[in-house]
Amino acid sequence: MEILNAFFVSPFVDMAEYPVFFAEVVANGFLTGIMYSLVALGFVLIFKASETFNFAQGVMVLFAALTLVGLQERGVPTWLAIGITVGVMVLLAMAIEKVMLRPLVNQDPFILFMATIGLTFFLEGFGETLWGSNVKRLDVGIPERPLEVPLGGDFMLLNEFDLWAAGIGAVMVLGLALFFHRTTIGRALRAVADDHQAAMAVGISLRTIWVVVWSVSGVVALVAGIMWGAKSGVQFSLSLIALKALPVLILGGLTSVPGAIVGGLIIGIGEKIGEVYWGPLVGGAIENWFAYVLALIFLLFRPQGLFGERIIERV
Amino acid sequence: MAGPETSPAEAILEVENVSLRFGGVQALSEVSFDVQSGEVRAIIGPNGAGKSSMLNVINGFYHPQEGSITFKGVTRRRMRTHEAAAQGIARTFQNIALFRGMTTLDNIMTGRNLKMKRNFLLQALYLGPARREEMEHREFAERVIDFLEIQAIRKTPVSRLPYGLQKRVELGRALAAEPDMLLLDEPMAGMNTEEKEDMCRFILDVNGEFGTTVVLIEHDMGVVMDISDRVVVLDYGRLLADGTPDEVRRNPLVIDAYLGTVRD
Repeated sequence: MEILNAFFVSPFVDMAEYPVFFAEVVANGFLTGIMYSLVALGFVLIFKASETFNFAQGVMVLFAALTLVGLQERGVPTWLAIGITVGVMVLLAMAIEKVMLRPLVNQDPFILFMATIGLTFFLEGFGETLWGSNVKRLDVGIPERPLEVPLGGDFMLLNEFDLWAAGIGAVMVLGLALFFHRTTIGRALRAVADDHQAAMAVGISLRTIWVVVWSVSGVVALVAGIMWGAKSGVQFSLSLIALKALPVLILGGLTSVPGAIVGGLIIGIGEKIGEVYWGPLVGGAIENWFAYVLALIFLLFRPQGLFGERIIERV
Repeated sequence: MAGPETSPAEAILEVENVSLRFGGVQALSEVSFDVQSGEVRAIIGPNGAGKSSMLNVINGFYHPQEGSITFKGVTRRRMRTHEAAAQGIARTFQNIALFRGMTTLDNIMTGRNLKMKRNFLLQALYLGPARREEMEHREFAERVIDFLEIQAIRKTPVSRLPYGLQKRVELGRALAAEPDMLLLDEPMAGMNTEEKEDMCRFILDVNGEFGTTVVLIEHDMGVVMDISDRVVVLDYGRLLADGTPDEVRRNPLVIDAYLGTVRD
């Protein structure tokens, strides 16, 4: 009885008793969730265009952040450094198209997947050769003050940096959604995802589309790299946040931009709530596994994710 | 070659001495023929004769090792598929190649992609000129839909459509590009008689009303002889005969190729 009460009753009593604190937990989870979404978006973009899971997405985050920090360390002003890094990511996209995608056109998606694993190792080594492998501090000048937000006569404590990150993430997401749903390039992209040959026959250049997609996902990686790098330093483990994006993708569906966002938010908020209210009961560290367990449950009951295309097999 | 009306000046497409190999397999050897502006030209031949390879060479999927292709006066050896599309060549495929995740309307709109010139920023924000442009193209797509009598399935994802309708949507996507030349790879394969009749009517209407040149591969001899102006016959990658349906039908080489008689 004691245990049941501790697990199933008292956490909810706590939530109801201190609603402002609960709101604070949710808000913090929301802000972290947007950062997860940002990383997951990079995967979704490439998956939509080439039906391939880009294993290198996490390393692209690292590579972008390393490049940015490296430039800063050499005295390049932040805004210019960001501009140059965007340029580097576009160049990288062009190189990937030429060296990796073009020779593998019309191959099985699994072969492309293996190629992205190769790309992972290459980028990791290349980035560290260029910029060194020690932990670096990234500061792009986003203020990191605690903010007190008045709420129902009380105050909610938020980090200003998180708010900025959330705002930037939201703008990116909105921009990408418009880009893919309204523009000719967006329609072309969906066409390429469906059928390479037919896309070429209606006059879509595969190469252009690939360069565009990889560039965009490179820029998304850069933004994610800036946000996460500023939070936890730029080092190899930055590439591991890609692992956090996996459950987000399973929840949201690999092909859905809104799915990546909602999935990120569910996981961000869910793990925060779990950590704060149930963490003490099991000795903490719920944040580390919550996302994966949730993903596992989803795999059992809804393998296509919340927004993914239904998997229909004709026999 | 063909009748007295043939004159190279009117040819929209000239295929000259095209040879195509895949490793040791000779898919096409020294094939030459021309297609005149505004005609319906059929390519026939037994299985494996190189018909689809020929279409793939024309729209740039394959690059022949020898020979040249002249389309609208421009000669080329290597051209990319999307460039061929930009020059006014549209096509359909033997195994339907639609964008399965999209609706009928979206599929047909992809055919308009090349004609849309507005900056993507304007498109994303759906501002004035981009909006007007989108409407214009949408209108054209609707005309194609009306023409092909597929209004009822405008919003249906194509993967749910029956085979015959998918073929029709594919034709619609090709027409949406307002091509000068339409390549149809077995447009009637797998259709019942009624569907075939519809498809014949559409092809003839496209040809008659818009003056679109049509090059088609078809196995149904009845259809071929009925709707085409001239016929090319391929066998083992070689040009066997070229002429009007009547000439081809009487050509002993063609009869042999189809019936397998050995002559000396």
